[in-house]
Amino acid sequence: MTDQNPPSQNPPSQNPSAQNPSGQNGGNLNTGQQNPVQQVPDELTASEAELTPTTPGGVTTAQTQVLGIRTGMWGSKGGSGDTSGYGGISRTKQMPGLTDRPYGGWFDEVADRIEELVPGFGTGRVYVHRDEITFFVRPDRFVEVLKVLRDDAQLRFEVCVSVSGVHYPGSVGEELHVVYEFLSITHNRRIRIELTCTDENPHLPSAVAVYPHTDWHERETWDMFGVIFDGHPALTRILMPDDWQGHPQRKDYPLGGVPVEYKGAVVPPPDDRRSY
Amino acid sequence: MSTNTAGQSASSANPTASQPDAFGAQEGVVDNVYLSQGGDWDDIVSSQAERGDETIVVNMGPQHPSTHGVLRLIMEMDGETCTSIRPGIGFLHTGIEKNMEFKTWTQGVTYVTRMDYVAPLFNEAVYCLAVEKLLGITDDIPQRANEIRVLVMELNRIASHLVAIGTGGMEIGALTVMTIGFREREMILDFLEAVSGLRMNHAYIRPGGVANDLPEGGLDQLRNVIAWLDKHLPEYDAFCNENPIFKGRMQNVANADLATCMAMGMSGPVLRAVGLPHDLRKSQPYCGYETYDFEVHTWNTGDAYGRFRVRLAEMYESLKIVKQCADRLEKSTGQPVMVADAKIAWPAQLTVGPDGQGNSNEHIKHIMGESMEALIHHFKLVTEGFSVPIGQVYQAIESPKGELGCHVVSDGGTRPYRVHFRDPGFNHLQSVPVLCEGAMMSDVVVAIASLDPVLGGVDR
Repeated sequence: MTDQNPPSQNPPSQNPSAQNPSGQNGGNLNTGQQNPVQQVPDELTASEAELTPTTPGGVTTAQTQVLGIRTGMWGSKGGSGDTSGYGGISRTKQMPGLTDRPYGGWFDEVADRIEELVPGFGTGRVYVHRDEITFFVRPDRFVEVLKVLRDDAQLRFEVCVSVSGVHYPGSVGEELHVVYEFLSITHNRRIRIELTCTDENPHLPSAVAVYPHTDWHERETWDMFGVIFDGHPALTRILMPDDWQGHPQRKDYPLGGVPVEYKGAVVPPPDDRRSY
Repeated sequence: MSTNTAGQSASSANPTASQPDAFGAQEGVVDNVYLSQGGDWDDIVSSQAERGDETIVVNMGPQHPSTHGVLRLIMEMDGETCTSIRPGIGFLHTGIEKNMEFKTWTQGVTYVTRMDYVAPLFNEAVYCLAVEKLLGITDDIPQRANEIRVLVMELNRIASHLVAIGTGGMEIGALTVMTIGFREREMILDFLEAVSGLRMNHAYIRPGGVANDLPEGGLDQLRNVIAWLDKHLPEYDAFCNENPIFKGRMQNVANADLATCMAMGMSGPVLRAVGLPHDLRKSQPYCGYETYDFEVHTWNTGDAYGRFRVRLAEMYESLKIVKQCADRLEKSTGQPVMVADAKIAWPAQLTVGPDGQGNSNEHIKHIMGESMEALIHHFKLVTEGFSVPIGQVYQAIESPKGELGCHVVSDGGTRPYRVHFRDPGFNHLQSVPVLCEGAMMSDVVVAIASLDPVLGGVDR
């Protein structure tokens, strides 16, 4: 069996800035232009990374996902001002771990094999973060990729264990992400495949034809995020009542709640409280 | 026994399907769609009558004792034979994942523990492991914290399997299995109460370690529990293993072969009952499971009886691990149970007081009387919480029911940006049509029990 963790020739978790839980940008506080590929050992800058073709397989390095802007010392949202003296700081929140070849260990084997069987399957974005690999797959090649993941003996990801949606309203042009987790019992490996779509056109291909057990998982993702899985046999609500309006786990869907008064003071509902 | 694929059950519910789908479901074959709203039951019955055949639609649940919580089963019955079955879930959906986005990372533990309430410590463990992975502190968790985690998880596994076997036995008339099962479970819950202060919904495992060390005399109580289980676990073998009624009800019921298990993404005892020794504790160990000596048990029938036998064997293995934990915890007495990083660790080392509440007089003395900075630090960490670097991880552990997964996304803030749980029961319940269609109605009850779903985890 292959070891679950890849050898650590390219371990993002050894990057000191990635381990600093208080400063996500590793001290690069006031530029607003965090290097999106700082995890890569050869220190490509953002512009170089965009221009550099990577593998002969045709994967090109893409720009990392931007989640939004964090302002002030604490990133506090809400009424109270930032009294730290650093209220003017503005930082871009970006997904870490955008990685170029080599990904390390068996990650390259898997990437090579998928590329060989489904050329040009990826959008160019591959993250290696916390010893996990994420492939961003072009939606039109998704079902093809699934078939080789399941059927090819060198890949053999028997189970698509989980489907999860994430709503990033701050990531313009890719607000909705759907995250598929795959497990290969044969090779003892896990990979993640991520698809993106926009709020305006929330259509993605369904995985049910290849992995039947993603049926309910995709229904839940539709229920919670409003992603329409084309080709799903019965995309109905599963957790919410059938006549429910809206998709509760989207970020623009409020949590609800009422302010609670106690001895003259008012505690606001959870989604109106100060957050960081 | 039905050999229908899952796709047929899913695809046939689409009234507008005009072309064959990926599963080869017949073109033009249209089934009725049953929605879970109230009020239209009469319509369903009358439409069934209009169809003019002999089938009747039976609505089982959501408040039926043998559906393991608020599960609704809509069955089309031809006499005693169940020709079509659709599980309806969502009655216990409480928005845990949404609520967690408005609480700190530490407060999230109190939410996740309420999902699968029969195995709460596994929910806490998988969530904390995921958060720790995202923080990059997995290797910094103290050894004693991991030993305690393994201990409480394995005790919880025994308790969960006792509920699965006990309630499953009760549903087929083996009431004694239930009464003795809950007797043993009570011993375990008493121990967990002594450790965490609560019988369930413990919120005991926290990001960075565990909430507090074992109480005074905790190891002695643990030895008592071990001795009790050593004595009483064999009773289940004696009651059930060769019991002809028990076997008659369980054998060849809810059959699933390996191909079915793979197609339906089965895991846990259901998968091991077909002979595949897949156990995440062995294949992708966490919390130091690779250092414990235990076996992965399988069975070769893939029916409800096989799943029962796998669960039975697993309880002995869990007990074996618990004994090893007890020895290790004796050696590691006094070592820390929370990560050393004071920016993550909960500031107070709480102890469970005689009133069952957690408190620490020493810590209160320190922050209220000695150090202003400690008070500020305590206040910031407890109200605002710690931030977790941007990124996403997926962590999976072997819960009593199968693979329990947790997908965590952080945007760098002090609250989870998105937390998703992959509950094994959620995944397993969609295979109910595969297991039950064509079988007797009485077998449906056995089939559901053999999957061991807990609707708190299924609906979240």
